[in-house]
Amino acid sequence: MENRSLVTIAEHSREKLEHLIQMASEFEKFPNRKLLDGRVVATLFFEPSTRTRLSFETAASRLGARVIGFADPKVTSGTKGETLKDTIMMVSNYADIIVMRHYLEGAARYASEVSPVPIINAGDGANQHPSQTMLDLYSIWKTQGTLDNLQIYLVGDLKYGRTVHSLLTAMRHFHPTFHFIAPQELAMPETWKQYCRDNNIDFVEHQDFNEDTIAGADILYMTRVQKERFADISEYERVKDRYLLKLDMLAKAKENMKILHPLPRVNEIEYSIDDEPHAYYFEQARNGLFAREALICDALGITLDDIRNDKTIIL
Amino acid sequence: MKQKELLVAAIENGTVIDHIPSDKVFQVMSLLNLDNVRSAVTIGYNLKSRAMGTKSIIKIADKFFTDSELAQLAVICQNLTLCIIRDYEIVEKRRIALPEELVGIIRCPNSKCITNNEPMRTRFRVTGQKLTCQYCNNDVELDKVKLL
Repeated sequence: MENRSLVTIAEHSREKLEHLIQMASEFEKFPNRKLLDGRVVATLFFEPSTRTRLSFETAASRLGARVIGFADPKVTSGTKGETLKDTIMMVSNYADIIVMRHYLEGAARYASEVSPVPIINAGDGANQHPSQTMLDLYSIWKTQGTLDNLQIYLVGDLKYGRTVHSLLTAMRHFHPTFHFIAPQELAMPETWKQYCRDNNIDFVEHQDFNEDTIAGADILYMTRVQKERFADISEYERVKDRYLLKLDMLAKAKENMKILHPLPRVNEIEYSIDDEPHAYYFEQARNGLFAREALICDALGITLDDIRNDKTIIL
Repeated sequence: MKQKELLVAAIENGTVIDHIPSDKVFQVMSLLNLDNVRSAVTIGYNLKSRAMGTKSIIKIADKFFTDSELAQLAVICQNLTLCIIRDYEIVEKRRIALPEELVGIIRCPNSKCITNNEPMRTRFRVTGQKLTCQYCNNDVELDKVKLL
């Protein structure tokens, strides 16, 4: 049987990404359906992540599936020494699909190799988080009307932030220009800059973060600069406010410019920006629901045509 | 050639591994589990070599190795020559090349990789001198790898 698991967004072609965006868009029109009536979705969170889990469980529930699983790894047999394989084999007897978050890198790939049912990677350590990337793409597409030829500014932690790396990977099909704005300690790693060169992705590095630097942005993607990433705390104190987006910095922003943030936000975006038309981070999180409805259906072999001809919509 | 024949006796059937850097010869023996081999093993150590200065050679009578056993050798030294001998004749001679994928041979350097935490085989994709873990996507340089 074809393995329909979703481990990384890097495996998806341009056509596949566009297909998933179309599916998400259908779900946004009618999020409540009985498409998965009688099916069981398992959410196995070996590492707590309330936001991602709620989003997946809401997506499954709104499609009519029943949800089983655990939110706290302390309650599982993993603490008794059970292997991941054994847990997956056991749960796959019960569920039609497994959404899995794990603290170890590569856990989703391994689970997809041993599991008889599709696995959706809801984050494996610092490695991949494809559903976040999918909702980012959907948000960009929705706000810009296209994914092609956009000016995308990435701000904050570009070294450890897996969301920005996955976004680079996914956007390689759409001829973007990326702009990197980060403190030196958290600058975009050379391997990723080389990835951009190898994939014909244009990129510009900026030292400053002010209204002039970001004036050309279509998308301003903010990420959290985390204290624990710095070896020298005084260095963190020195740079932390330099990457705070302030209201007056939007003076020259393009009308279509939208601010994205994977959330949670701590000290990256001034709260006064929340009411601006440029602020999009809460809608972005909402888009996660539609993107995850699309990913669950795709993994179960449900097509865009099935969704367009769906007679189970609940109005 | 004449000198080599004098120093290391020919075998009727078996495997010859040539062009081993002398400082790697004990590692090669260990990887091939030669201490458990019952047939004759002849080792030429620190032999003169025009190309390498000195080299070592191992001849193992009545023993043939699998591709995955040989792939381990390619990880620790890249220019080994393999000769298969049958009835005193060389029936196959080739460089031991790295395969495109190394399965269950080297350890992932990332302690947070699933392969270091589950009873499972590692898988690395080989691109030139770079090996990429197929699970956690971390890269490791060939000269820094640790065998399992």
